[in-house]
Amino acid sequence: MGFITATADRLPIRNFTESAGLIRTLGASGFRRFSTYRQATVAATATNTMFGFLRTYVMLAVAGSAAALGGQAAGYDAPRLVTYVWAGQGLIGVVLLWGWTDLADRIRSGDVVTDLLRPVHPVLGYLLPDLGRAAYALLTRFTVPIAVGALAFDMYVPRRAATYPLFALSVLLALLVCFAGRFLANAAAYWLLDSRGVLMTWAVCSGVLGGLYFPIRFLPDWAAAVLYFGTPFPSLLQVPLDVLVERDPPLSQLGLLGLQAGWAVLLLWGCVAVQRRAERRLVVQGG
Amino acid sequence: MAEPSAATAAAPAGADRTVPVTTADVADAPASTAAIYRALLRAQVRAQASYRASFALDLASNVIFLGADLLTVLVLFHQVPALAGFTLAESLLVFGLAALGFALADLAVGNIERMKQHVRTGLLDAVLIRPLGVLSQLLVLDLGVRRVGRVITSTAVLAVAAYQAGVRPTPANLLLLVVTPLAGAVFFGSVFVATATVAFWWVESGELSAALTYGGRDFTSYPMTVYGGWFRHLMAFGLGFGLVAYYPALILLGRPDPIGAPAWLGWCGPLLALAAAALAALVWRTGVRHYRSTGS
Repeated sequence: MGFITATADRLPIRNFTESAGLIRTLGASGFRRFSTYRQATVAATATNTMFGFLRTYVMLAVAGSAAALGGQAAGYDAPRLVTYVWAGQGLIGVVLLWGWTDLADRIRSGDVVTDLLRPVHPVLGYLLPDLGRAAYALLTRFTVPIAVGALAFDMYVPRRAATYPLFALSVLLALLVCFAGRFLANAAAYWLLDSRGVLMTWAVCSGVLGGLYFPIRFLPDWAAAVLYFGTPFPSLLQVPLDVLVERDPPLSQLGLLGLQAGWAVLLLWGCVAVQRRAERRLVVQGG
Repeated sequence: MAEPSAATAAAPAGADRTVPVTTADVADAPASTAAIYRALLRAQVRAQASYRASFALDLASNVIFLGADLLTVLVLFHQVPALAGFTLAESLLVFGLAALGFALADLAVGNIERMKQHVRTGLLDAVLIRPLGVLSQLLVLDLGVRRVGRVITSTAVLAVAAYQAGVRPTPANLLLLVVTPLAGAVFFGSVFVATATVAFWWVESGELSAALTYGGRDFTSYPMTVYGGWFRHLMAFGLGFGLVAYYPALILLGRPDPIGAPAWLGWCGPLLALAAAALAALVWRTGVRHYRSTGS
């Protein structure tokens, strides 16, 4: 009988049916897990909706002042900003900007060792349930703020049919980038005893630099460019929202999606690399 | 709030004496209760400060979160010269008053947010059987010393904004500059306590209390003219958030309310704070009476 170690080869996946079944099972587990947190879903949705009202009024005041001067605020008119705010409030729960500490908690408690024994790569083992969770959030935390926003305000509805599939793809890419970012921030717990600082940095950056507090396009062009190309944060909310409100022509929309895809690949590769390094140095304390 | 348990707190000290409790002991009771709280508080501060790196990081992150809100205001004003009729300096005065009031409340009672964890883990059971006030124990047991950073930063923002906005240093204005954040702190503290009480009935209330505490802070951070319709009426007058920063700021700026409310409204903050505190105490007491342990 051989030893099972963290660095041993994982069971190979033999055929397509098996991997499809794996994806289905793990994805469904995430969906089911979060569908049982009904009270938490209601509370989070209510909070997102409340902040939707606050941010909408502030953005409408900006649009109003800009219109009084005969212009637009960084290329957004009032209905676009309304859609921007409410879709953004809905997407917080879908991409799950902050509040995910599952991996860091399991590293601290040592439970992470059971993840390493599973016949699935740990990154995939966390990613697939997260996709299921996002699917559930799409049905609940995304739809409610959009509906409330549409009832209370004059919202921008996309004019081009192609925008809808592009937005769907952009949300999926945003989810991948966000998952990878959260995974990396959590993985800091492999090296640090107290990873709260890293997690907090992620929380504040993803909100401020991701386009939640204000559209990144409000910044001077050079600052926006640095953020888009130098950090993954605008790929989390700003890009899907810009695609949705048709801030840019179709070709630029595709370019933005390409940027997101680049960040998704880079960060997911980072997750795999970090996980490999961590497994080589991981010492699980206790018996 | 008045603690009925103050007299019982002295009981263990007097218990091993054979002499009956005299009036002198009873007179000593509040002093010894205060000593217990002082000791608990000192232990908390020492414990938190002993993890130096974590403490410094927490301190910094609190300042950064305030910086994020401040950055938002600055970025918005980078786009437009005025927001709903208010200039940057005027807006920052409103922001500073709200931020300092909130930071003080957050420092004193912000940790009541963790009420739901206390209910779920059963810590509340342990607190309930001790001969000290429930709320005051919870607050002292988990004081957010790190939030001092936020208080200092928002004081600086308020001072700069008051100077930039050209607030005249009359005695009345200076008094209002001091009283408003204090009243705001009591008001926000009441909101913190009242919304945390929801956890007595609804353990998984999650971020719901954040809708009113942080939502209220964001609402008060901008001039009221930004908001419209029923939302403004509900938040400003229905819930009272209008008196936290906006109306006092109007007096300080010496300008009439564009919405048409009388100027004396700016002096009503302390009255509102007292009413809110009374209401929060009532809600809290009802919550404690209805508490049933989760049995964990």
